[in-house]
Amino acid sequence: MLQGIAFYLLAATAVVSGLLVVTARNPVHSVLWLILAFFSAAGLFVLLGAEFLAMLLVVVYVGAVAVLFLFVVMMLDVDFLKLREGYAKYLPIGGVVAAVLLAEMIVVSSAVIQGGATAGLTGPGAPDPDMSNVEAIGRVLYTDYIYFFQAAGIVLLIAMIGAITLTLRHKTHVKRQDITAQVNRSAAKAMEIKSVPTGQGVSPEELL
Amino acid sequence: MPDLSSALHLAASELTLAVGALVLLMVGAFIGDKSARLVSILSVLLLIAAAVIAFMGPWGVAFNGAYVADPLAIYGKSVIYLSAAVAIVLGDGWMKRTHIAKFEYPVLIVLASVGMGMMASSGDLISMYVGIELHSLALYVLAAFHRDDVKASEAGLKYFVLGALSSGLLLYGSSLIYGFAGSMRFEDIAAFAQNNPGPGLVFGLVFLICGLAFKVSAAPFHMWTPDVYEGAPTPVVALFATAPKVAAMVLIARALEGGFSEAHAQWSQVLVAISLLSFVVGAFGGLAQKDIQRLLAYSSIANIGYALLGIAAGTSEGLQAMLMFMTLYVIDQLGFFAILLSLSKSGRPIRRIADLAGLKKDRPVTAVALTILSLSVLGMPPFSGFWGKYYVFGAAADAGLWPVAAAGLVASVVAAFYYLRIIKLMWFDAPLDEIATDKASPETSLIGWACAAFAFPLVIVGLTWLEPLTKVASAGFGNG
Repeated sequence: MLQGIAFYLLAATAVVSGLLVVTARNPVHSVLWLILAFFSAAGLFVLLGAEFLAMLLVVVYVGAVAVLFLFVVMMLDVDFLKLREGYAKYLPIGGVVAAVLLAEMIVVSSAVIQGGATAGLTGPGAPDPDMSNVEAIGRVLYTDYIYFFQAAGIVLLIAMIGAITLTLRHKTHVKRQDITAQVNRSAAKAMEIKSVPTGQGVSPEELL
Repeated sequence: MPDLSSALHLAASELTLAVGALVLLMVGAFIGDKSARLVSILSVLLLIAAAVIAFMGPWGVAFNGAYVADPLAIYGKSVIYLSAAVAIVLGDGWMKRTHIAKFEYPVLIVLASVGMGMMASSGDLISMYVGIELHSLALYVLAAFHRDDVKASEAGLKYFVLGALSSGLLLYGSSLIYGFAGSMRFEDIAAFAQNNPGPGLVFGLVFLICGLAFKVSAAPFHMWTPDVYEGAPTPVVALFATAPKVAAMVLIARALEGGFSEAHAQWSQVLVAISLLSFVVGAFGGLAQKDIQRLLAYSSIANIGYALLGIAAGTSEGLQAMLMFMTLYVIDQLGFFAILLSLSKSGRPIRRIADLAGLKKDRPVTAVALTILSLSVLGMPPFSGFWGKYYVFGAAADAGLWPVAAAGLVASVVAAFYYLRIIKLMWFDAPLDEIATDKASPETSLIGWACAAFAFPLVIVGLTWLEPLTKVASAGFGNG
């Protein structure tokens, strides 16, 4: 019963917040709704007994991607005065998102205590109760799915090459530290002993 | 694990490319951009080696059905790797002249070829998607390779955003198919579809086709093509027009005829509609173009329509016709772009069609080659383009799609106008200015002339080779 309520609550929240991501006029609001959508999806994973995937979703998508989005969106408009006055403006929506997140967490955790959505499920989708999530994924990721795993690695490599190719510029006026040159520098190269005639001293030009 | 070693043996061509790309990346990273030429030469050799390995390699299925090395995949990969190698050769001189020579260009093309190889031999939905992403991501970067050029950056961004949208469509379709069929493998999906091709599966299938149509730039998913072709560096466009198109066409054939052969009635309607729209958009859209690369974009939209018609027929003859058509088309396009790259006036590449005026006086051999290639793309017998269309229309008519074939014939008559205009400009018009074209790099001209020589008369000999090869490649697909 509680599992059913939790499922429909999370699913509905995910769909509605997904819709709001697209329809919100303010990009910051969009990102906040996006976080909510990710969080609801994570809740659905927990209900299915896939805690590890849920935690990954929260850590990677909510923790890294969405916050990065938020940074980018906020950086786009570098008017600091406007940014600061935004705080009060975003507070209501941020509050709504936070409240829904809290409610979801309570519902999900109480549903999981009762056994989760997969409690009565037997079939290919049901996880083996004796095996932890990480173990189940680890067993197939590097064996059955090794091909996809390696190919996904190449996709990331291309993304890295692309980012470097398109954005890295070697600036000629920037002085870089060359450690080999520094270490190889000897006293003979660095210093020159000049005999200074008595009573005349040296002028700055001569030192150069 | 004997299982893994045999799987690695089957996927030897992809492994060669992936490992080779890593080595070349290291070479480039240590030597710097001075190594662009060296890395280019090594990449070309690597791609040729991969094509040979693929061609000589064993047939079989690996990685739980995710990787299929059958004649279709092997034929597709050979064409893909060789045309990617030609694109690297074409790019090398051009990049140096425009001062954007970097060792990443050949490396990205090699990595894109890994993805295209995955697409050609994908046996399930995940390897299909990963292959598509692998090659697309490299192509997005290549489109924006000339990063200080506003148009190139625009092309890269447009291609990226619309490509991401199409990946979304594709994934949505795939998830529906997985949800209804309960398996990612095309084999299992086919077995499921045989018993009950319900509306859910067909719904997913339509999304899948939309996503794939995006990748081959078939109308109505073609809107990115003219802008990307116009803005991206010319040798990169030469790549766009050839290898990825072959990979995506082979993938479409494999997904539809391998995974959904029982739902042929449903997807053939969708493909026919896409083909018809592509004919119309390609033929009429090209009429008003002034930029050569935009014109070639519309030409490629129309030609993809013809190729899709071969798949829509649903027979192994149709698939064979598609493979023949794509092979001949790729050779035509490479020749066309090679000639375009060999033409420049006072250091600036020729962009407008009007700049071709009076080319016969300046560069008679190139003008003859371009004339042959134009006549070939237009479909004039006995040039190679005619034979491609002949097979496709023949297969479509045999499968009862003769009204669509007739529409294609009409569209190619309309499209003939813009190829004939190029010929007229070259031979009968006075040049716009007295500036002579620059001396071209020998390898570019040579490729252009070689492709023209293939378009006619070598094609007559080539057909006797291609026909048995494509017949083997298409055997076992389609229903009859």
